[in-house]
Parts: sequence; structure tokens; C-alpha cells
Amino acid sequence: MALSREQIAMRVAQEFKDGSYVNLGIGIPTLAANYVSDDISVMLQSENGLLGMGRYPSENEVDADMINAGKETVTASTGASIFSSAESFAMIRGGHVDFTVLGAFEVDQQGNIASWMIPGKLVKGMGGAMDLVAGAKNIIVTMTHADKHGNSKLLEHCKLPLTGVNCITHIITDLAMLEIKDNAFHLRERAPGVSVDEIREKTAGNLIVEGDIPEMRV
Amino acid sequence: MAGFDKVVSSYEEAMAGLKNDMTIIAGGFGLCGIPEGLIAQIKKMGVSGLTVVSNNCGVDGFGLGILLEDKQIRKMVASYVGENALFEKQLLNGELEVELTPQGTLAEKMRAGGAGIPAFFTATGYGTPVGEGKEVREFNGRPYIMEESITGDFAIVKAYKADRYGNCIYRHTAQNFNPMAATAGKITVVEVEEIVEPGEIPPSQIHTPGIYVDRVIQGTFEKRIERKVTRSA
Repeated sequence: MALSREQIAMRVAQEFKDGSYVNLGIGIPTLAANYVSDDISVMLQSENGLLGMGRYPSENEVDADMINAGKETVTASTGASIFSSAESFAMIRGGHVDFTVLGAFEVDQQGNIASWMIPGKLVKGMGGAMDLVAGAKNIIVTMTHADKHGNSKLLEHCKLPLTGVNCITHIITDLAMLEIKDNAFHLRERAPGVSVDEIREKTAGNLIVEGDIPEMRV
Repeated sequence: MAGFDKVVSSYEEAMAGLKNDMTIIAGGFGLCGIPEGLIAQIKKMGVSGLTVVSNNCGVDGFGLGILLEDKQIRKMVASYVGENALFEKQLLNGELEVELTPQGTLAEKMRAGGAGIPAFFTATGYGTPVGEGKEVREFNGRPYIMEESITGDFAIVKAYKADRYGNCIYRHTAQNFNPMAATAGKITVVEVEEIVEPGEIPPSQIHTPGIYVDRVIQGTFEKRIERKVTRSA
């Protein structure tokens, strides 16, 4: 069966390593913070200038000067640091953030991503997404494998305007975990109960399936 | 002492010299860390044709959003502008021009502008609509686009405390774009929660040295919260 949003987030969190600095985008990526194993420590980077984002505040901890990149009230965790936007993007662009997780409309087999603009619809802006995909070492995209009309979001070439080029290495969808390399999607894991045939059918780009594909543990 | 005393006592004095068609660089991220009183003064002055450089454009009725009410902004340079209906309306009418700029590139444009660096190369935006028409250079096998820096006629900044000499510190994530904005204005005006005497802020803890600051004004702040989220007890 296809994974729920929470299960996608759960699978994302399994990628993090002890001591990882991680930037989580809005939506499913943010949920991944709830599933980090108790055995490891990760520090969350929020691009408005906070490294070590903590929990949401209690009612009496709410502080207008303490927000995350989604403009939500937050707290700082023990060992956190706070800095300017230029410093924040220096650590992002400079490749110091270990993992970036973000959503997308489309990803293609060259590792290109489209996530910010649909022509004809009002464009609100890219925020920090273009800097994040240009800078992070490991970028994980979370999205549904196909849109609500059944059209694949894993393409040979992205059709929408791009957010970044040759930058995506891993995709975790509701059906599968895939790695992008050598101009192809390589199937690494499938969601429990989802067949390779179903994944093949819903992947428009070049899909490579080698050997037995294990089921995810979620 | 008077020579370095930057404190002004009225908003009129704080924004004196602002004219139509000028460029204003504004600190703030969403509604966090914005110079509320300086924005209100710009509205009161009624200047128009402004180019405003800021990560966002406030919300309907608050922050930079209030400058849309009388169509004072001609062009907005920002990374994300999705939060106000009036912005959308003026954009679709063609009354407002917007230059969407990646957030890190925007911060660096301000930083470079204030630091006397006219342009820089970044991988951000290469191969996307942001990179169209911009010079591309390869360094170590990777393509980068050239981005030009930004300076403004005015910079409007919100700090937590400043001393009379204009040395500033920011509070929590209200820092955001403020330190870069402070360096990039021909005239930099800082609105603060508290003015202290020189020497009260330890020198090594100053975020923005007073050399960048021209005017300091004591403000009062509503500090509206855009998205209040709490955990259950």
C-alpha cells in the first residue's frame, strides 16, 4: 500500500546520521523531525537564521522574535545558535548542511528539480529553495510518485521551470525510494505491498531495477 | 560626544530626506524584526514610486503591506511574497513590479552591496528562470551565475538595543536580514526597543557596528505574530 505522509517522513528520518545538520522544508519534510531515532542527535537548521531549532513553544514561551523559516513560533534547542540571513545561507551554499529535505512538483533523471513555479498560476517566490538545492550535500525530495490524475512526477525531463539542476540524489515517494545517478532513477526500496510493476508503470523517466528490491521498514 | 550621537527624537527626523522613486532596503523576515514605526512614517510621508528590497512584503494591513494601500511601492525585490491579497491584486493589475530573488542571493546582494563588492558568482539559480540573461562562469567545473549587489538610498532596520553611537544588537531570530540591510543604505535608520549609553553593550557582542548607522530612534512595537503555533502542555 502507498505510504502515508507520516510514513514518508518516517522513511526520510532513517537517512539521518548521528551528528547530522539538517534543513527541512515545509510540509512532509517538517514531519521527519518527529521520527528521528532516539539513538541519534540531529540539529535542525532553519534558514531564517537558527541552527538548533527546538520544539514549538508552550503558551507562555511564545516569543514574536523567535520564529522558523515557515514563520511559525518555535524555540531553540540546547546548543543552538542564531545568526543573520547571510550567515545562514553561507552555511547552506558553502555545503555545510548535511541533509536538505524538500518537496517538489517534478524531478527528472538528470537530478533536476521543479518546485516553485507553475506558469499561468500566481508565483509567490522561491524563498530559500534555490539556495538549498545549490548547496546541500544530500538532497532528499519527498513527494507523491504521481499527481492526482495519475501522471508521473518522475520524468525524463522536467516540464516546469526549474529550481535547480543536477542536484537531487534521492527521492522518497509514497511508493518507493529511488536514487538518481547516471541519467536514471535506480529503484532501491519499495513501499510495503507495492509491486515493482506498479512503480515502473508510474515512473515516466528511465527506471533501472536491479535484483530483488526490498520493502521499506516503516 | 555629540559627533557620534546618532539618536533622533522624531520619526520625521528619522526618515528626513526620503523622496519619491528612491530605493529602500528593509530588514525583517515575514513580520519578525521589522521597523514598524519607520514603515508607518513612510506611509505618512506619502512618498511613491519606491523600490523596496526586503525578503517579504508584509501582510495585508501590517508591515510593508501598508505601503501597498496607497500604491507607494513601484517595485518589490523579494524572495517570497505570497502573504497578501493586495500585493497579488496590484501585481496582476501591472501596478506593481516584482523581482523574485532567491533568499540567500538576496542576503548576499545586500551584504556585498554594503561591503563594496559590486557583484558575485553563485550556483544558486543556475539553469532556472533566475539565471536567464545573467553571465555564467565556470569555476572548478561547476557553472555559476553573476549576481549584482544592491545598495539603497535608505536602509530601515529593526534592532533590539542600540547605544547612542549606533552600535546595535538584535534579539533572537529578529536578526535575519537586518545586519545586511544596515550596511547597504546611504542613510541607515535603526529603530530599537531600547537606547543605551555607549559602553553598555560589550564591544565583542555588538552585531552591527555604529559606523554603518546614521540615525537611531526609540520605537514602540506591536510585534505581530504571523503563525502562532504552540505545543500542547
